[in-house]
Amino acid sequence: MTNEQHYDVVISGAGPAGLAAGLYAARARRRTILFERKVTGGQIALTSIIENYPGLEEVDGFELGQTMQRQAEKYGMETASTEVTGIEQRDRFHVVHTKDGDYIAKAVIITSGADYDRLGVPGEDAFIGKGVSYCATCDAAFFKDQIAAVVGGGDAAMDEGLFVTRYASQVHVIHRRDELRASRILQERAFANSKMDFTWNTVVTAIEGNGAVEQLKLRNVVTGEESTMDASAIFIFIGHHPNSEYLRGLLKMDNGGHIYVNDWMETNVPGIFAAGDVRVNSARQVVSAAGDGATAAIRADHYITDTFKE
Amino acid sequence: MTKPREVSDTTFDQEVLKSSKPVLVDFWAPWCGPCRMVAPVVEELAQEYDGRVEFVKVNTDDNPNTAVKYGIRSIPTLLVFKGGEPVGQIIGFRPKSDLKQRLDAALAPAHP
Repeated sequence: MTNEQHYDVVISGAGPAGLAAGLYAARARRRTILFERKVTGGQIALTSIIENYPGLEEVDGFELGQTMQRQAEKYGMETASTEVTGIEQRDRFHVVHTKDGDYIAKAVIITSGADYDRLGVPGEDAFIGKGVSYCATCDAAFFKDQIAAVVGGGDAAMDEGLFVTRYASQVHVIHRRDELRASRILQERAFANSKMDFTWNTVVTAIEGNGAVEQLKLRNVVTGEESTMDASAIFIFIGHHPNSEYLRGLLKMDNGGHIYVNDWMETNVPGIFAAGDVRVNSARQVVSAAGDGATAAIRADHYITDTFKE
Repeated sequence: MTKPREVSDTTFDQEVLKSSKPVLVDFWAPWCGPCRMVAPVVEELAQEYDGRVEFVKVNTDDNPNTAVKYGIRSIPTLLVFKGGEPVGQIIGFRPKSDLKQRLDAALAPAHP
């Protein structure tokens, strides 16, 4: 473990961007390793059904991640369960620090994606696993015939909220604005669902209960009015933040931590690429992340050829 | 191969609460992605702790009573039982090193 291991391409993060990059890098016959600190598939591993990946009318998110990994491994990509903690430059090479030792790479592709945001209100941490959830597909079934709340107005909030209606007797959607951001098709489904209702211009200020979630404190952001809502569960989908803290000071990022790249997914450091949700202006879709990953790997292959020719 | 056994609402009392050894219970369901990631890690732990700790699984779809009894509202949840009492809880997917740390902490004597 203390020995440095040499690879052509090191990839940080096993979501669709990293798995696609691994597939392309391995098929370019580059010695490739992919690191993941949590779950293969990334955010899609928590998604019940994906129905907007072209060519697959309906696919289980977890299965899609597993399939992508198998496909890349078939061509020689290696995987390891560890976390990348930083990258340093050594001549033309990159020293990739992980929790399980250092790896020397000719090119690095950053695909560490994004994690869900938390509300940051009292009771949120204390009730995780006791009614506070960030994964409807994991937890909705425990709230059969109970009242649930969903916070957020984007695709994830509607998608997961609709999933919760399979179990809960009622799903209150709480959104800080007066209209949804979600795609039209999800809005149509949400508005047509008799179990869903909408509380607009409202934020959650506290989560309360005795051992488990029982009620939410709310505030109307327009009128300032405070109120209470009964709910046994609160599913939170208010956005994401890129997992790029470990690269601060090395790569140029916007204020939100999204890594700046050009059309080839090249960052400001030669030989380091960024793809998927971790980069600026990501469309935050499985298909666009996979496309980014392919682009980054193709460019990384060219970069290695150009930089390391004798 | 020591693999985690499936226990049910009816066998939970005998297999977990009355066990002479500590028991790690993996609450899971087939539709839960993170549960499918935790399963192989739990299998590895079952090998490493063979003889010291029993490892079992409870399918929360088929055995709702046990899940309700222990207030399971999120899976995967791992509960560690000692002498019929839950002494440790791990909610959500965690890397193996974290699981080992939490399991060792739960196994440590309460009054050293």
